[in-house]
Amino acid sequence: MLDRINKAQDVINSACKTLGRQINIMEVCGTHTVSIFRSGIRSILPDNLKLLSGPGCPVCVTDQGYIDAVLRLADRDDCIIATYGDMIRVPGKDGSLETKRSKANIRIVLSSEDALQLAKDNPGKTVVFVAVGFETTAPATAVVVKEAAAGAIDNFCILSGHKLVVPAMRVLLSEKNHNINAFLCPGHVSAIIGYGAFTGIVQDFGRPCVVAGFEPVQIIEGLCEICRQLSAGKAELKSIYSAVVTEKGNIAAQQIVNDCFEPADGYWRGLGKIEKSTLKLKGKFGRFDAFERFGISEEPSEEIKGCRCGEVLCGLIEPTECGLFGRDCRPQDPVGPCMVSSEGACAAWFKYGREKRQEG
Amino acid sequence: MCLAIPARIIELDGDKAVVDAMGNRFKAKTTLLPEAKLGDLVLVHAGFAISLVDEEEGKKTWQLISEINEFMDTQNRLSG
Ligand code: SF4
Repeated sequence: MLDRINKAQDVINSACKTLGRQINIMEVCGTHTVSIFRSGIRSILPDNLKLLSGPGCPVCVTDQGYIDAVLRLADRDDCIIATYGDMIRVPGKDGSLETKRSKANIRIVLSSEDALQLAKDNPGKTVVFVAVGFETTAPATAVVVKEAAAGAIDNFCILSGHKLVVPAMRVLLSEKNHNINAFLCPGHVSAIIGYGAFTGIVQDFGRPCVVAGFEPVQIIEGLCEICRQLSAGKAELKSIYSAVVTEKGNIAAQQIVNDCFEPADGYWRGLGKIEKSTLKLKGKFGRFDAFERFGISEEPSEEIKGCRCGEVLCGLIEPTECGLFGRDCRPQDPVGPCMVSSEGACAAWFKYGREKRQEG
Repeated sequence: MCLAIPARIIELDGDKAVVDAMGNRFKAKTTLLPEAKLGDLVLVHAGFAISLVDEEEGKKTWQLISEINEFMDTQNRLSG
């Protein structure tokens, strides 16, 4: 193991020396973010190699307008809100789900199946499933929508906030002032969509895309592969996570998602509206669409004052450059979503960035 | 919330499975992985098996997850 790390580190060091300039590699997966901080990888990288935490945490990129829609539904007495635990503390315009929890109609679920079960158990109420997450989570939502349709469970619906990673990566690279030289691509998203899904990014933008697992050694080897490519002036697509990821991904999961959803334009926290980047239920499942059922829409949000999550998610600034970081905004009292989720860049910096400074 | 856990299928009835991850048993569905068999090591995300995992990878990931859990615990304590 140490051998592998040393070898990869040697390649990284010599590649960065050859390159001479600043190199920025962005990871777009919350689990990568946590693992990178947890393992202290940053501290062994050469000075001119910087890791940016991109829009890889589904909680962090969920727009405030979506949260406000959830909060509005939470105020209705005829609804039960079923949500993954991560969403509970994300701030909307007026508070979060947590501030409404005394209402007792907000339930934390571990899976979409649990949400559907709630509907079966509570026939007198409408269960709204807060369906967020990337390509990894969308298939689980699609399964229960089909089950609800097949079983005519009409007191169930979903508020789809599902997002697609690839369109967001393309938007980041289309920004004029972006500083991203390569992507460390998300492992579990790739398990579903297949590493082949990143082909267009490599071809259209000439940026290396490397899919890696979550262990420190895999992350370092992923960075090593990227540095090797950059110093050779190449941009290739490569997966070093063959234990889980294939080129085509999970076809059964892709089919069920395509059957239920179609891509639609939608809002991302910090990145704004992105074309065909969210998943909307197809017409034939329209009666399970909470937006339609309750006649609500997702209004674009106003920015939270002082919060620079948008710039953090785009890799333009580090969390510590936000004036609220660590003082007004901390994990126990978050202002922005990047501090809410433990997968968020600001929360990871708060925990591990501080530890490092204390040790240093 | 993108965390996915490798777990072994120890019971399987149609697409309803009971899986074991580091001694924790829980229910999961194999709807998205129809080829999954009893005894397979699979990656479970939000209650669904999403891919097969090789044995070595599974062990290494368990290790990482216990570390991340530690991280989350500290976070929770911090925010508690
Ligand atoms: S430190 Fe807080 S306020 Fe600043 S960018 Fe991060 S989440 Fe937003």
